[in-house]
Amino acid sequence: MWLTRPLRERSTQLFLGVLFAALVAVTFLHLFMPQDSALHVSAFTVTLLGKYLCYALLAVAVDLVWGYLGILSLGHGAFFALGGYAMGMYLMRQIGDRGVYGDPVLPDFMVFMNWQELPWFWHGFDMAWFAFIMVLLAPGLLALVFGFLAFRSRVTGVYLSIITQALTFALMLAFFRNEMGFGGNNGLTDFKDILGFNLRTDATRLGLFIATGIALAIGYVICRGIVTSKLGRVSVACRDAEARTRFLGYRVERVQLFVFVVSAMLAGVAGALYVPQVGIINPSEFSPLFSIEIVVWVALGGRATLYGAVIGAILVNYAKTVFTGIMPDAWLFALGGLFVLVTVFLPKGIAGLLQKRRKAKTDNDTPTGQEATA
Amino acid sequence: MSIFQELADREHVFEFLTQVQSPVDVRHGPILYLEDVNVSFDGFKAINNLNLTIDDGELRCIIGPNGAGKTTMMDIITGKTRPDTGSVWFGSRHNLLTMNEPDIASLGIGRKFQKPTVFEALTLFENLELAMAADKRVFPTLTAIMKPEFRDRIDEVLEMIGLKDLRDRLAGILSHGQKQWLEIGMLLMQKPRLLLVDEPVAGMTEQEMERTAELLTSLAGKQSVVVVEHDMGFVRSIARKVTVLHQGSVLAEGTMDQVSNDPEVIKVYLGEEA
Repeated sequence: MWLTRPLRERSTQLFLGVLFAALVAVTFLHLFMPQDSALHVSAFTVTLLGKYLCYALLAVAVDLVWGYLGILSLGHGAFFALGGYAMGMYLMRQIGDRGVYGDPVLPDFMVFMNWQELPWFWHGFDMAWFAFIMVLLAPGLLALVFGFLAFRSRVTGVYLSIITQALTFALMLAFFRNEMGFGGNNGLTDFKDILGFNLRTDATRLGLFIATGIALAIGYVICRGIVTSKLGRVSVACRDAEARTRFLGYRVERVQLFVFVVSAMLAGVAGALYVPQVGIINPSEFSPLFSIEIVVWVALGGRATLYGAVIGAILVNYAKTVFTGIMPDAWLFALGGLFVLVTVFLPKGIAGLLQKRRKAKTDNDTPTGQEATA
Repeated sequence: MSIFQELADREHVFEFLTQVQSPVDVRHGPILYLEDVNVSFDGFKAINNLNLTIDDGELRCIIGPNGAGKTTMMDIITGKTRPDTGSVWFGSRHNLLTMNEPDIASLGIGRKFQKPTVFEALTLFENLELAMAADKRVFPTLTAIMKPEFRDRIDEVLEMIGLKDLRDRLAGILSHGQKQWLEIGMLLMQKPRLLLVDEPVAGMTEQEMERTAELLTSLAGKQSVVVVEHDMGFVRSIARKVTVLHQGSVLAEGTMDQVSNDPEVIKVYLGEEA
């Protein structure tokens, strides 16, 4: 089956092995190392790592459409934020009467704006299963409608990138409005608990971190399953020679739509896991800059490799944490400089460097087939 | 066998389950007839009373100066251009003028364009895999598995086009000539009855030309092949029968020696070269 195929593959086994080893190591160091030990991983660090893993899943989703389908989406932050908002709405409803105003149903910001009843689209979010379905459905539907219109009209390349950028910008402006009913520029925050677990306890934070790790593993396997299937090869064919692929009898726009929707849903899941860990979701997640940053992670890590996207997302965000700690003003220059250096010296990113080393090794072991045929 | 036995037999394949093989009727010999075909573009007669018959399994070369209507003729056969008058039949059953491009392609007419386009980031094997006749919708493609018979078919085609040793290399490393062969291989994956090949040796080296000549002659017999080519040396090396087109109609037809001695042909075409 296409989903189990990656599990038999060396590279996926290696990736999952490293990921699970890291999850176990962090869990162990957090739970069993004494507080004053140098090896102790604090709850703060666990949540920070959880945040990196959310970004990694988001980067994998972007790499799926950009690396393998050639669709440079500069609006994937929108899908991430929509998933985040779906989760945020669930968490808001879980607060119940423990908010500042103590209203049993209405979230604080609605009471503050003198709203009398819950808007229709907030119904159902008190149920976890409904909210979790919406985490997939909201970004998926947006991607379906947007993709259907864009791909049917054969909008690709730079034009598509610009439209995706406009999409996320429009959503940001809309979510900034108080009347939209999503908390305006303050967004949704002050969460108390998830599925009955208090969000402020270390145990819940560790649980969210592990859940994110598992989500990344599943997302990676799904993407890997797609790219190693015949559909993945058709995607690459669409990326490199769209007209030729159509001539072979494939419906290019449907392939693009399918992969785009899967990618948007993965981004939504990443956003949903991000929100309870950082404790807030606001319209700045829709900002076009954020979406561009995601693309930079993927480019740095190495496009069309999937694991490169994970490496890129984690490395850049770790660097961001460190740099913004030392010199907050210099971070954007550092990111820009890094991007320039990588595009000039490592056009295939960090993953390209790894592949080159491996290839150099195998080429030394076996003579190339080229001379044999000439 | 009684009906009950038949129903209980697990190996039995019912007739309605078997895929209909392209039912091209070639009992009368020819696989392609063009009769009194006329096409004009804005008053310019691109094809003028063209009559052409290709036999099943034949290798036919079509030559002619620029503007003789070679490409337009290919367009008519593949359904890209509709003639003003005339009739075009594939076998004695299928009227090509009533069919659209994909239908004609699935009936078994494959066409290779002048400029080769292969998927450079995929291996040769994968290129042929994508070209293989199969259910090409999204979900069947996602769940498709590589069956041994598909693998055998791909290997067989790789053998035919002489690129077996490069099976798992990326198509991007191929030379221009090798890309042409791979593209012919991609056509063969669809098991066509008739191959239309447009200028296969343009830009090829002498050696590659020889290899292409071998490839095309080996295909004839199993498939019918129509080659449009400018290169006289190449045509001489493969053709058993040559058709000379001039101003949209057939000027001469016969072996290479016959047509190259035809005074009319020498006048309009070969004269320039000879």
